[in-house]
Amino acid sequence: MDPKRYRQLVQERAPKPNVVRDATRAFLLGGCIALIGQFVFDYFRLIEPTRGEAVAATLATMIFFGAVLTAFGVYDKLGEWGGAGAAIPITGFANSMVSSAMDFRRDGIITGLTSKLFVIAGPVIVFAVVVGFIVGLLRSAFLGLFA
Amino acid sequence: MIYFWAFVIGGLITAASQVVLTYTKLTVAQLLVILVSLGAILNGFGIYDRLIDFAGGGALVPVSGFGSSVVAGVVQEVRRLGWEGLFTGVFELTGLGLAAALVFGFGLALVARPKG
Repeated sequence: MDPKRYRQLVQERAPKPNVVRDATRAFLLGGCIALIGQFVFDYFRLIEPTRGEAVAATLATMIFFGAVLTAFGVYDKLGEWGGAGAAIPITGFANSMVSSAMDFRRDGIITGLTSKLFVIAGPVIVFAVVVGFIVGLLRSAFLGLFA
Repeated sequence: MIYFWAFVIGGLITAASQVVLTYTKLTVAQLLVILVSLGAILNGFGIYDRLIDFAGGGALVPVSGFGSSVVAGVVQEVRRLGWEGLFTGVFELTGLGLAAALVFGFGLALVARPKG
């Protein structure tokens, strides 16, 4: 069969992505995780002296939840169902670290587990720090904090 | 009301991400990088902090909230220390979560076995 026609046939037969269904699921799951984050944030707003500390504690707690659920194999199930609803929250960031570290555990602690912690997290952290640094510099200058 | 908006804004950010993933060639890793940078930039304009006031966890929990928190930490530390804060502030609000991710991630990956 001519390759062009073959590709066309494959495309016709491949399951079409159901955009509405996927986006709805992502909305529901992402919304639920954000709502849990809101409850956690509420709690830390009560016991932490500053908003900044409450933010830090909330991010850490959500990361902890994501890591534990990944270790129990639950988070990957959520990801299969809710796609970006699981991947985009900070819990998904934790999931990306723990799941690849688990998968490559057999390659050793240093060459496997610990280096694979950063497969996805590495670029995210580098961009967060570099862009955060530049924007923080501009924002501080704008606010006159260096004067 | 904050609970309603936390759900809706958090849901909208992830639903929009899902649509982007479906219609573009972007991978999840690339989208995470874009969102984290976007959160930082929007905080620079003072927009993301207002979104957190309005939607709480809905803005804080998506990774864009992580990027925004880096900038919030930098500004907070520059206020306190001066230029040194540009560096120390980067992990002021996010360091707790990153250290937690590394400690728990390491420990859990050591003992847990991948399913399936």
